[in-house]
Amino acid sequence: MKNTLLASKRLAISESGFVFDPVSGQSFSVNETGLVILHLAQHEDDLDKLVEQLAEQFDASILEINRDVQDFIYRLKGFLK
Amino acid sequence: MSITEKKPAWVAPVIVRHSSSGMNKFGGVREAQFRNEIAGVSIAELVEKYGSPLFVLSEEHLRQSVRRINRAFSTRYAKVRQAWSYKTNYINAVSAILHQEGCDAEVVSEFEYDKARRLGVPASRIFFNGPHKPRSALAKAVKEGARIHIDHLDELALLEEVANEQGVLEFPVTIRLNFDTGFTENWGRFGFNLENGQAMEAARRIAASPNLKLTGLHNHIGTFITDPRAYTAQVGIMIGFMNSVEAATGCTITTLDIGGGFASRNALQGVYLPPEQITPTAEQYAEAICGALAVGLKNREQNGKPLPELILETGRAVVDEAEWLISSVVANKRLPDGRRAMVIDAGVNILFTAFWYNHEVRPARPVEGIPEDTVLYGPLCMNIDIVRQSVSLPPMKTGDLLSFWPVGAYNNTQWMQFIQLRPAVVLVRQNGQVDVVRRAETLDDVENPEHLPIDLQPNFS
Repeated sequence: MKNTLLASKRLAISESGFVFDPVSGQSFSVNETGLVILHLAQHEDDLDKLVEQLAEQFDASILEINRDVQDFIYRLKGFLK
Repeated sequence: MSITEKKPAWVAPVIVRHSSSGMNKFGGVREAQFRNEIAGVSIAELVEKYGSPLFVLSEEHLRQSVRRINRAFSTRYAKVRQAWSYKTNYINAVSAILHQEGCDAEVVSEFEYDKARRLGVPASRIFFNGPHKPRSALAKAVKEGARIHIDHLDELALLEEVANEQGVLEFPVTIRLNFDTGFTENWGRFGFNLENGQAMEAARRIAASPNLKLTGLHNHIGTFITDPRAYTAQVGIMIGFMNSVEAATGCTITTLDIGGGFASRNALQGVYLPPEQITPTAEQYAEAICGALAVGLKNREQNGKPLPELILETGRAVVDEAEWLISSVVANKRLPDGRRAMVIDAGVNILFTAFWYNHEVRPARPVEGIPEDTVLYGPLCMNIDIVRQSVSLPPMKTGDLLSFWPVGAYNNTQWMQFIQLRPAVVLVRQNGQVDVVRRAETLDDVENPEHLPIDLQPNFS
């Protein structure tokens, strides 16, 4: 999980949610929440702290955010292999 | 962020990879919209009141469907009868509505025959098909005057014996034919083959019997037929055989039963084009069939023979699009290969047609977020319980509702009580009222036929 957060620092991220991976040449789209996570991950590689920051910004429980962020990072991990 | 400012709602994060292939230039986007009502009744309210999963029938859709087929054929040919295929949906309310609309019954077993009789269908309006009609069933059908379609020589002999025992002379019968139309694979396991002379042999045997009289021919070319020309070929061959058999045995054929097989707007797995483009309309089927009748029967009445009645054994085309299945999301999962998966509370135990259809799947509310390729798993602890291998769905939460359509054909008959009990079926009436036409099963429903010997009662004390 931590390695994926570290790897995500290489991504080029546009404000519209268009994401480019210069290593694989693949491009992606993320929704608004996904965009916030990728931005936070540029400076934060601790999952718990990242979730805490999200919980401060959004109206949802830590449990729900933690579950969704883990799912998102698993998905990201598959793409950044 | 200040204390008074409301935080934005959390939407599950989504990331999708851009792909330059896999586009279908013919297909529309089937799954993009949501459906929050069925025949004007809120899906959320239905589930709140009757539980999930839930089958929902629409009386309006069913009546419109059967009327459209009836109109398509009766405006093109003078004598048409629709025989509702019981095995397509066993809910009595469905059969009752279709009988109110003038349909006869087409049954394929003694159980189905008894079901139709109990519903009040006169035996003379029951077409009794199928490869296994035991002596008791034939005796009942002869006594009550049902329309029996003979499947094989052993049945012919048994029927002759039964009619003889009852002292019945010239009992009108139909023989089921099989032959090659050039369009579909011949279902040679049913009926008498035309090409090798079996069918003519059976007709001669009936002609020689004082107890039986051949009055009808029946054939069924297959299932989910998307090329109406197959029916044109079928009708032409049947008329050719009718002329031959009348000339050879002196009988008069009064019914031509072309079976069923009309497709619905369901998406067969492995078919590239969407159903909106490949499923013929009732009018297209009618044109193909009645056109062939017009050509083949042009001189029949001049030759002193009556125009035969056209019998349609409609099932799927009538009921499939009149029913939905509502299911709830139980869990979201990420599979080891990265694919997204959901567990829902309806599995292949109740949605049996998921084995061969890609149903239309829609959320019951507008959902924000980028759609993602998703596998839908049912609730069974069995690896085969896959309701959909791949469907594009937005992020959904547990408790969110999905509707599956069309599910009216072959689910309420082939469903099974396996691991889970079967859910309720409700009918949205034309006036908006909702009737429970089959309540949800209970443990008692499953265990009532059983008997546990007293000494086998476990003792945990």
